[in-house]
Amino acid sequence: MKTATQRRLFAVAALAVAGSALGMVSYSDMGEDLVYYWSPTELRANANAKGATVRLGGLVVPGTLQWNRDDGTATFDVTDGSATVRVRSQTNPPQMFREGIGVVVEGKLASDGAFDTQRVMVKHSNEYQAPEGGHPPDVARTLVVDPS
Amino acid sequence: MRPPSKAERAAYAIGLVLLIVGHGLALFWVPPERMMGEVGRILYVHVPAAWLSLVAYTISFGAAVGFLFTGRRSMDHTAVASAEAGVVLNALLLATGSLFARPTWGVWWTWDPRLTSSAVMWLTFVGVLLLRSVVHDPERRATWSAVSTVMAYVNIPITYFSVQMWRSIHQVQSNPGTMDSDMVFVLRFNAFAVLFLLLGWLGTGRRIAASIDARESAPPLESP
Repeated sequence: MKTATQRRLFAVAALAVAGSALGMVSYSDMGEDLVYYWSPTELRANANAKGATVRLGGLVVPGTLQWNRDDGTATFDVTDGSATVRVRSQTNPPQMFREGIGVVVEGKLASDGAFDTQRVMVKHSNEYQAPEGGHPPDVARTLVVDPS
Repeated sequence: MRPPSKAERAAYAIGLVLLIVGHGLALFWVPPERMMGEVGRILYVHVPAAWLSLVAYTISFGAAVGFLFTGRRSMDHTAVASAEAGVVLNALLLATGSLFARPTWGVWWTWDPRLTSSAVMWLTFVGVLLLRSVVHDPERRATWSAVSTVMAYVNIPITYFSVQMWRSIHQVQSNPGTMDSDMVFVLRFNAFAVLFLLLGWLGTGRRIAASIDARESAPPLESP
């Protein structure tokens, strides 16, 4: 049976450990080394990037998307505003994929400077809006029929 | 076990009515999302599950600290009831998030900071409940699980702010400025439905915990 003093000591100790753990995560530079994806600038700047499997994140540059409808591959440019990387996709992107949207792609930087990916993920913004004109856009269909 | 109180019954009744109306609104009244289409409606389950799992964990944390300072066993009952509710809502959060991610992002799962910290959140509170199940002395169980709940709670602010602290595929929190006003209304409506169900659930969970506690604290029956 614990005495009240012991129990309160546990409380103070637990809160102290928990608080300092939270402080360490908040104020340390964990985010500097642990990143979910690299920007095009970081990919270009990192000499070790070639050949390693990494994630690249950025916006699809409007006007650069080219579909090959026969084999489902696509090429498009991904930018962070200062650097741009050409991405060669060997997979069908999800239905929200379009020019101007945020993407995270997993793959490798090829020796010709392009990025080969097998996995294209769409990064949606925090905007949730009703469709213009009152009807849901059939995004999947418009992507297949009219990629513009 | 004590019979349910009027407040507990009322919370379930209100929650159930709100849930039925809220899901009717979410499925048939509110417009589909511009980019996601109909699949965007999973938001009205996913986000209330997220909010209320954080609320449940926060109640559990408060009750755990309260138990350690006061020694009142009813605080431990609240802590376990809300941890259980939090784990179930957290599982719903992860499941609906995965179903949401496949058609929108293109993957069922990816180890981004928000997803990873949400999974860790689930695992740590499952750990707290597992710890409870292996400690049989009620006083010791209450103390140990209160301390582990305080530790597990560290991850809740990390999970909430993960989308702001690190790069992730998960978007940052929406707000009424980034969201259609009808969608905000339906989202909050469903969150209130889950809130009332959570309150009823806490009542039930506390009664169950109290009856287990009473049984285990009672002196052994005299055997012939």
